[in-house]
Amino acid sequence: MEKTKYPQVEMEIRKWGSKPSSLIQVLHGVQEGVGYLSQNVLKYTAERLNVPLSKVYGVVTFYNFFKTQKDADHIIMICMGTACYVKNGEEVVKAIENYLSIKLGEKTSDGKFSLQIVRCLGACGLAPVISIDGDDVYGKLTPEKAVEVIKRYQ
Amino acid sequence: MKIYRIHALICAGAQCIAAGGNGFEEALKNELKKHNIEEEVSVVETGCMGACQLGPLLVVYPEGIMYTNVEAKDAKEIVEEHFLKGRPVKRLMWKKEGEEEFPELKDIPFFAKQTKIVLRNCGLINPEDINEYIARDGYKALAKAVAEMEPKDVIDVVKESGLRGRGGAGFPTGLKWSFAANQDSEEKYIICNADEGDPGAYMDRSILEGDPHSVIEGMMITGYAIGSSVGYIYVRAEYPLAVRRLKMAIKQAKQAGLLGKNIFGTNFSFDMVLMMGAGAFVCGEETALINSIEGKRGEPRKKPPFPAISGLFGKPTIINNVETLANLPVIVDKGAKFFKQFGTEKSPGTKVFALAGNVNISGLVEVPMGTSLRKIVFDIGGGIPEGHTFKGALTGGPSGGVIPMEFIDTPVDYESLPDLGTIMGSGGLIIMDERSCMVDVAKFFLKFTVDESCGKCVPCREGTRQMLKILERITLGRGREEDIDRLEKMGELIKLTALCGLGQTAPNPVLSTLKYFKEEYLAHIIDKKCPAGVCQFSALKEGRKKHEAKIAH
Ligand SMILES: Cc1cc2nc3c(=O)[nH]c(=O)nc-3n(C[C@H](O)[C@H](O)[C@H](O)COP(=O)(O)O)c2cc1C
Ligand code: SF4
Ligand code: FES
Ligand code: FES
Repeated sequence: MEKTKYPQVEMEIRKWGSKPSSLIQVLHGVQEGVGYLSQNVLKYTAERLNVPLSKVYGVVTFYNFFKTQKDADHIIMICMGTACYVKNGEEVVKAIENYLSIKLGEKTSDGKFSLQIVRCLGACGLAPVISIDGDDVYGKLTPEKAVEVIKRYQ
Repeated sequence: MKIYRIHALICAGAQCIAAGGNGFEEALKNELKKHNIEEEVSVVETGCMGACQLGPLLVVYPEGIMYTNVEAKDAKEIVEEHFLKGRPVKRLMWKKEGEEEFPELKDIPFFAKQTKIVLRNCGLINPEDINEYIARDGYKALAKAVAEMEPKDVIDVVKESGLRGRGGAGFPTGLKWSFAANQDSEEKYIICNADEGDPGAYMDRSILEGDPHSVIEGMMITGYAIGSSVGYIYVRAEYPLAVRRLKMAIKQAKQAGLLGKNIFGTNFSFDMVLMMGAGAFVCGEETALINSIEGKRGEPRKKPPFPAISGLFGKPTIINNVETLANLPVIVDKGAKFFKQFGTEKSPGTKVFALAGNVNISGLVEVPMGTSLRKIVFDIGGGIPEGHTFKGALTGGPSGGVIPMEFIDTPVDYESLPDLGTIMGSGGLIIMDERSCMVDVAKFFLKFTVDESCGKCVPCREGTRQMLKILERITLGRGREEDIDRLEKMGELIKLTALCGLGQTAPNPVLSTLKYFKEEYLAHIIDKKCPAGVCQFSALKEGRKKHEAKIAH
């Protein structure tokens, strides 16, 4: 049966209720557990919350936070907020791009790293800042230090 | 209660943790154990202490000595020298400009020149323990409101205090409440706007992480005043620590009977729902935020109707910013008169700023409204890094503008900043020195708004894109003289015609830099030079070289 197929979705629905207004919070919970939102998960969620699939897609594409594809093992987020920009964050971006031979928004061919840009990690006092896998925040970076940090995740 | 000989406060704000705070705490606890003085020293994790750039921070009482940049390897020396022998470790103490160390926290200008109302508990208490909040008069204002005051009295005291919304617009809070209070509706909602969108600011984050109960108490006071029993907190998903501490605080408040049904034995009940944003700047706009809570795309709605009349699920809704809410317990507890002694006549109270960029001490700063920019940057922030000069301060993020040196003595309040062509905004304050190029700064902000425009209306979706194209051309050395005129005209047009605040303020950074740094734009356009040396005109140079080579042949 469908129900046992997506326990994560069911779990979130139990928390938030099976009503259209739960959509974003349910997607949040599922993405946190599974890592991304597959097409099937979206379809299933649409049915369960009684929201047209087109609306679900509309929401998923509107918000930067939602991902519809499996991400790399390590997600590198480079802050490009104002404080990091003023403190030469651009140089850090370039150094990391060069080191991994990918551009912002891309994934390395071995699926190890992906490179994304974020708007302020709320650690402006330590600018320029990057975060890896959400929780690890590294500040006061120079281009060299940034590369060193990434090497630790290889 | 246990009496401790020493209190060691470790900053557990997000920045100090990022700078390595956790490793130090473990090391310190190990040392205490090793010397068998665990019973004499209380180690407390606090929220942000303010001087984030110098973290991880440790404050030791009773002396009030602040240690900066502490590392795990310093724990041994601190315990053996300071805790056991009473000899503070000078090497780690906060120093005056390369000279001697400050004896006590209260002598350090960074702290001494601030006035803390909103941040009254930040960096002093353990945010994960409701008892510490209560011990500092927490929930006293709520008790006073529900037990001794009529809802109308609460609205009156907030009106009288002159409190204005700290989310950016500065709308009088008490007045907004009265609109919703006057609505005859069974259901009403309170929303705490914790979507902190300004890319370069973290005031709200620090309040949520350092003193979450002050925001919860503020929401409940609001609920009582307007007759609402449900509050939503809409918080950025990028702030995992804030989310965790809020969850914990809500749980503790419920357990303590401070949140839930029949609070303090009265008829007033209040429940709270924590919701996560999903990374869209426009969702900080109140009507977009409402759509987002309803599970929809975060596109702004047309106003009127204003949310106070018809908001979340079509019901009267009051949306207030985190910092606005954190002010409320103080106002209700100590009265309007107390609050009004700080700040200016039209902008009473204080404002929290996230001071960052090229300034010596970047961190979280709270000052009375109307404090001059000079005082914030030079007296508190310690000025500009050696060898460089102040060029401008950015306020209001992507909706604001720049304040140049000639206006550094302007009082920072809701009236004076718009006169200069910028806005107060939510408290982001980024300092630039001569290494920043003003055209590039304008381009940076405009790129942000182009990315974040929701696309609902044409002036914002297309207009900002056209302006960005022009700026890109100028920073590549391909600008034309008529571009300046065009930027100004388009900017004014977008301001007048965009649907929501995002579009209406998007041209501000361009117009403001044009106003004060026109010669820098002209240098790019006419002399093909970037005075700050930021913009690279290499493509142009190569093109020219080729051209010259051809001529030479
Ligand atoms: C594009 C845009 C972004 C906004 N972002 C925020 C924000 O991040 N935080 C906030 O409190 N208010 C933000 N606001 C202002 C809100 O719409 C609203 O005025 C505010 O939350 C009201 O609370 P206050 O009266 O306590 O300031 C934003 C407005 C606009 C137009
Ligand atoms: S001004 Fe911009 S963000 Fe606001 S509704 Fe129009 S397109 Fe959307
Ligand atoms: S701007 Fe990068 S952390 Fe705030
Ligand atoms: S996070 Fe520690 S001082 Fe701000």
